[in-house]
Amino acid sequence: MKILVAVKQVVDHAVRVRVRADRSGVETDNVRLSMNPFDKHAVEAAVQLAEAGHADEVVAISVGSQAARDVILTALAMGAHRGLLVEAEGRVETLTVAKLLRAVVDEEKPDLVLLGKQAIDDDSNQVGQMLGGLLDWPQATFASAIAVTATGLEVTREMDYGRATFALGLPAIVTADLRLNTPRNAGLPMVMKARQKPLAVRPAANFGVDLAPRLTVEQVVPPADRAGGRSLASISELAAAISSEVAEMELR
Amino acid sequence: MAALVLAEHDLGQLSPATPRTVNAVAELGPVDVLVAGDDVAGIAAAAAEIAGVARILAADAHLYRDHDAKALAALLQRLAPGYTHIVASASATGRDVIPRLAAVLDLMPVTDVVAVLGPARFERPIYAGNALETVSNTQERQLLTIRASAFRPALKGNEAPIEAVEADVNAAAAARLVSAERTEGDRPDLSSAQIVVGGGVALGSAENFQLIEKLAAVLGAAVGATRAAVDAGYAPNDWQVGQTGKIIAPDLYIGIGISGALQHLAGIQGAKKIVAINSDPEAPLVKIADYVLVGDLFVLVPELIAELQRLGVSR
Ligand SMILES: Cc1cc2nc3c(=O)[nH]c(=O)nc-3n(C[C@H](O)[C@H](O)[C@H](O)COP(=O)(O)OP(=O)(O)OC[C@H]3O[C@@H](n4cnc5c(N)ncnc54)[C@H](O)[C@@H]3O)c2cc1C
Ligand SMILES: Nc1ncnc2c1ncn2[C@@H]1O[C@H](COP(=O)(O)O)[C@@H](O)[C@H]1O
Repeated sequence: MKILVAVKQVVDHAVRVRVRADRSGVETDNVRLSMNPFDKHAVEAAVQLAEAGHADEVVAISVGSQAARDVILTALAMGAHRGLLVEAEGRVETLTVAKLLRAVVDEEKPDLVLLGKQAIDDDSNQVGQMLGGLLDWPQATFASAIAVTATGLEVTREMDYGRATFALGLPAIVTADLRLNTPRNAGLPMVMKARQKPLAVRPAANFGVDLAPRLTVEQVVPPADRAGGRSLASISELAAAISSEVAEMELR
Repeated sequence: MAALVLAEHDLGQLSPATPRTVNAVAELGPVDVLVAGDDVAGIAAAAAEIAGVARILAADAHLYRDHDAKALAALLQRLAPGYTHIVASASATGRDVIPRLAAVLDLMPVTDVVAVLGPARFERPIYAGNALETVSNTQERQLLTIRASAFRPALKGNEAPIEAVEADVNAAAAARLVSAERTEGDRPDLSSAQIVVGGGVALGSAENFQLIEKLAAVLGAAVGATRAAVDAGYAPNDWQVGQTGKIIAPDLYIGIGISGALQHLAGIQGAKKIVAINSDPEAPLVKIADYVLVGDLFVLVPELIAELQRLGVSR
């Protein structure tokens, strides 16, 4: 099969972000950017399927500015075969990303599209499901295991009550959760090799998709501060504090 | 204006998230609740008691048994013309269905809403809750998922009429449930619990994690865990609290052997009071907690359990 894997460049998960003073958004200048953590798991899953002989080609795609080449290179270093940057400046909404991915799917005709379950900047958790809707393909979100079967895939999903395994036919959409696998760290030779792999760049405007955002971001503010509190000296003080908190609780 | 709320349910029980989701949009206009599933009469009756609900729509069909995103999106798409707002809780099901439906209807959804500021103006957290964005739009219809823990539940005391809606005859579920692995136990629902006791990787084993469960049992609390504790196999995945786990807003959160990484804090920002028990006085959770006890959890927690039992504290 052929696999398309979607990777987004985001502010690194270890960065403690700051809201801009003018409330227009979060400061993204001069902060470390990297591949969205969930997307690393998606790439790893795709590469493992290729290594197991289930897939013959893995194509990594990102929608973003020229800087997003970096995350495509990371995917190539991890083992993806070629890359595509759909170049777009500024804020690109999830629905737009999904439409651009659909246009690429129409051209590339993959059997499986792997994505992360959510991008840790906007925490949207939308694009995979949207692509499923646009293509009318089955979707398995929040995947913690993927197995190839005679008729398609069996995907284990993280549910609110535990986990559940679903069978779905191909082509399909799967979004990766963090327990899906352990993403590899590509060594220097793989990074060097990645630079030789094909990486196409095409402007988003060429895909016939309306790029205008639908939502207006009116403001971005920091959350309310937590005061922090008291250090207690003993168990009896803590038990008394808990006891009075419990006594004050409204019955719900 | 009229809203359609997709009821959240499991094993024949209406989820506590649904009355909260109803309340979140109640001010916008009449609220209908769609109960879709297999054998939903009991759930529909429970939903009919939610104050402020105008009508219950019951879609009783095998097709909806496993909350299949494609089947539910098709059903909601058929009902959409009657509503300005289509709303679900930000649960595994709501997150699965609403964006799919949105794309089919060519709409941008707003997910994880924590405040409804107007008919088309919402607040939602971004960057693991380190920022809150206010978004507005001029779309003809709003598709929302609601972070239930950010809203109070609607009261009970209603007898909304229940109407049957037909299942789509031509539809088929896109995915077939093969097996489910449920976390057994009689602890309260984590997402809506008033008290939560959370344990971190410092517990060291699944066996030791029972210390957390024991303290939770004394307090009538739900049990939470960090991703590190879940990854290590000390706690089941549905106990994970944080950016990628459950978002909770208890009156009291007791975090034990938890450092307080920003991804974990993302899940507990709504907690009214936080207790931290940690050997490291510099741990981030310690810095933001209302009550702190510094020391070895293996010494302190058994003592705390004994002291709470002595005081007769229970919920
Ligand atoms: C994309 C992404 C998403 C994530 N999502 C989540 C999420 O949803 N939820 C989540 O929790 N994490 C999440 N994480 C992981 C998060 O970054 C942290 O790694 C994790 O929360 C740490 O768990 P911990 O506090 O149990 O472990 P640690 O950070 O190792 O902390 C253990 C704590 O226990 C204390 N301790 C040790 N021994 C004792 C003792 N004997 N007595 C008392 N205290 C002791 C230590 O001082 C320390 O503070 C995510 C990470 C990423 C990259
Ligand atoms: N700009 C983008 N380029 C490529 N993939 C993306 C982009 N935005 C989102 N995705 C994919 O969609 C997943 C879910 O993102 P989101 O719905 O934005 O939370 C991500 O983990 C990526 O796999």
